[in-house]
Amino acid sequence: MATSNTHESELGELQRRLMLLRVGLLLVVGLLAVRLWHLQIREGPYYRDLSENNRTRSVLLEPARGLIYDRHGVLLANNVPSFSLYVTLEDVKDREGLIQSLSDLLGLDPAMIRKKLSVRGSKMLPKKIKDRLTLRDATVIESHRLDLPGVMIQVESQRNYPGGMAAAHLLGYVGEISPEQLEKPEFADLHQGSVVGQYGVEKSFDRHVRGQAGQKSVEVDALGHEKRTVQVDKPLAGNDLYLTIDIRLQKVAEELLGEESGAIVALDPTSGDVLAMASRPGFDPNIMSRELTPKQWVEIVQDERRPLNNRASQGQYPPGSTFKVPMAVAALESNTMSPSSSVLCTGGYQFGKRVYHDWKATGHGYVDLHKALVHSCDVYFYTIGQRMGIDMMAEYATDFGLGHETGIELPSERVGSIPSTAWKLKVKKEAWLPGETISAAIGQGYVTVTPLQMASMIGTVANDGVSYRPRLVQAIMDRTTGNLQELPAVARGKAHAKPETFRIVKEALAAVVTEGTATRAKSPLVTIGGKTGTAQVAALGKEKKPEKDIPKKFRDHAWFVAFAPVESPKIAVAVLAEHMGHGGSAAAPLAKEVIETYIKLMAEEPAAAPQS
Amino acid sequence: MIDRLIDNRGLDSFDYRFLALVFAILGIGVLSIHSVTHAQQGGVAPYYIKQLAWILMGSAAFVVMLVSDYHRIARLAYPLYGAVLLMLAFVLIEGRTSKGAQRWIALGPFSFQPSEFAKLVLILVLAHYYSKTPRVGWLQRVIMPGMLMFPGLVLILKQPDLGSGLSFVAVYAAMLLMVGVRSKALGVILLLIVMLFPFAWEGVWGSLHDYQRQRIMAFVDPDYDPGGKGYHALQSRIAIGSGELMGKGLYGGTQSQLKFLPEGHTDFVFAVYAEEWGFLGVLLLLVLFVALIWLSLEIASKAKDQLGALLAAGIVAMLCFCVVVNIGMTAGMFPIVGIPLPLMSYGGSATIMTMASLGLLLNVKRRRLSLFY
Repeated sequence: MATSNTHESELGELQRRLMLLRVGLLLVVGLLAVRLWHLQIREGPYYRDLSENNRTRSVLLEPARGLIYDRHGVLLANNVPSFSLYVTLEDVKDREGLIQSLSDLLGLDPAMIRKKLSVRGSKMLPKKIKDRLTLRDATVIESHRLDLPGVMIQVESQRNYPGGMAAAHLLGYVGEISPEQLEKPEFADLHQGSVVGQYGVEKSFDRHVRGQAGQKSVEVDALGHEKRTVQVDKPLAGNDLYLTIDIRLQKVAEELLGEESGAIVALDPTSGDVLAMASRPGFDPNIMSRELTPKQWVEIVQDERRPLNNRASQGQYPPGSTFKVPMAVAALESNTMSPSSSVLCTGGYQFGKRVYHDWKATGHGYVDLHKALVHSCDVYFYTIGQRMGIDMMAEYATDFGLGHETGIELPSERVGSIPSTAWKLKVKKEAWLPGETISAAIGQGYVTVTPLQMASMIGTVANDGVSYRPRLVQAIMDRTTGNLQELPAVARGKAHAKPETFRIVKEALAAVVTEGTATRAKSPLVTIGGKTGTAQVAALGKEKKPEKDIPKKFRDHAWFVAFAPVESPKIAVAVLAEHMGHGGSAAAPLAKEVIETYIKLMAEEPAAAPQS
Repeated sequence: MIDRLIDNRGLDSFDYRFLALVFAILGIGVLSIHSVTHAQQGGVAPYYIKQLAWILMGSAAFVVMLVSDYHRIARLAYPLYGAVLLMLAFVLIEGRTSKGAQRWIALGPFSFQPSEFAKLVLILVLAHYYSKTPRVGWLQRVIMPGMLMFPGLVLILKQPDLGSGLSFVAVYAAMLLMVGVRSKALGVILLLIVMLFPFAWEGVWGSLHDYQRQRIMAFVDPDYDPGGKGYHALQSRIAIGSGELMGKGLYGGTQSQLKFLPEGHTDFVFAVYAEEWGFLGVLLLLVLFVALIWLSLEIASKAKDQLGALLAAGIVAMLCFCVVVNIGMTAGMFPIVGIPLPLMSYGGSATIMTMASLGLLLNVKRRRLSLFY
């Protein structure tokens, strides 16, 4: 073996070099051990936390909103189960891919999904993308579950209004909390996707009805699929509301308005209970509580008839001759007129260079206060208005709650305007003109009111000056304790007038119906007192055209305010029918229907208490 | 024939410590595979059963590699290498696509990964080459063996299988270190290069697939995007770290049980084990591996001839490289390259190949007392 020696030496060298491998091995394994010690011991607790976060997800459990009943326990708003689609960003690997799949599967707008996903908030918390999924869509999502990591279908309760459009303005509707609302402190404990009242009682009583969200901690796998539930804090259902309205009366009022625009308000003058509050045109709160497409939303908002406007509390109209009721009280109380003193009406009233016409061109002859109200003589009220002056008129009108919020529990109540010299300076930055007092005396000019204010006004007169804040909710049932908390009627001060004054005025108002301008409100069932009003929408020049020749939008608004029975009033009503012409013909019959319906309903079941 | 007679007379005692270590690690592997996959439905047989089957087949390979003289096996080196190259080429053309890379040949119910066997065959080739060739110049020491390795490396990287490619280079480098370079200083440099190779990315950047680049990007900043590129690395670190000292207990590893950790039964089996058994379990496993490698180094340094020493050294180097790189990548020290943990990761080709290598190693030991020439 010639190479044997080299071979031996090379083998020896090779085997000595193995020493390098040994040293290298120990060195590298030592490094590994140090690294693992660092990961597991030094940073172990940190990684333990990360692994806990990895596997648990908090799922918000939406509470069921409280139910809403009418005064006799008829269900007006409840909840039905519905499927909602949630996405937990933490579990989403491919955001754009997911958006694409969801939009393909459900036909959703990718921009909408992207917007919902980008709402600020923890990646661990699921974000609501869509509610009211159809059963079909929910099934489609569930069957693609494995391809859609982070996507989750939750069964939630969805607001439902069994009555459809009935009492829509009053009940309002619900909707997902907006980003702006989320910033507000009152919604501090809510999350993106929470449903809150956006209109009507749903909004004003939201904190009662809303309930409290619960939370479920679930263990999820890497694809975000639920494995088991770790912990559950059950949601607390919201409280139930018992409204003051009688839904039967409400529906009658709404049907009376029919396709016309207008409002009917019926109050119990002895408590302020709103018995009915109709506003037309209306809307379906079921649709409004859904996610509307931008197109649908624009359609509703731009509808010239403004169906979302609650004309009862937000519509501001000149009161026309109905304003003569507080003016009559003012005239007597301020001793401007005695009940028996008369004014000669020749069909016009000269002031400066201008003649203010009476609605009856031939004049009413000599009229005292009674006759002036019964026949709605304008000249009489021009005269007393001129004598009292605008500031005194404003004082009495304000005493009946006009020009102020009634305080009803509805969002965005409007107050109208009761002009005075100070008011004009402040609002118009101009001095008051004496001629303006004359039109104000018959409820024209700057005077505007809401139907709700007028119902409250006539109720105050009927109730001899004692006035209550109009209210919509008479009791709240606490779902957790089962306690029914009855809300007391809230007295709202008193119109300052002698009982004698109210007697005289009420007598005249009764005569309006029996022999005056509102004979069409005369009822065989019950004595009714009331006052008609015809509010001018536009100045039409001197010659009066026949009404049918005037375009509808320039026609007068018809008013009627009423109470019944005259002897001991139980109901006060204000009817406003937009562009329907004369109060006596267009509004009075509606008020009569409402009153008769209510009297019949009262006879059927005297004052039922809310059911528990 | 005479060889065999001498063989039968001059065998060293069978090393039961070695075998015990091998099966201890295999057992830990099966347990971890069972833990991470027992909740998964579907599939014909559970993974741990299949792994047991691979171990059985590996044991057969172990025995085959143990009983026949390693000189005879080494003589088959070139034909075997030729066959492996053909298979690698076949994989490239026909191999079935999996995770963006083509690595397997389907053989009925089995699929077979030639690149795993290529590693062992390369060891045989290089050991055979060095033991038969007078090593006088650079050409014989470095260039020729490099030329031998090159076609295999190209085919493997072409798949692309970065992990196997790196192992290939590591085997070659280990051989150079042992016999290829003359000065010790160069040897140390070589060792450093081998250890630092995973960090030398720029050179190979262009040849990488998208998912590999992403994995590498993930190494730079795994916290940057936990849902995306850095996902493997971060989840693996969370799994290991959350094990803390005592671990979460068998079947208690939430990272792996809830599938946050991908590839828990294959490349990331170490993270599964570390999560469930904690730092104490990790130390035990490291001790087992070090002991096994130490015994293997003993075998290399006591080998009777150069072929035996080179075979043993090559196998040890490959074993070391795979263990260190795998644990290092799961612990977030190295970029994630697809290198399984020897004896623990699920996988037929790798398990059989590793056990065959260990059989060859024991073969060298058993014959260290025998005379050959």
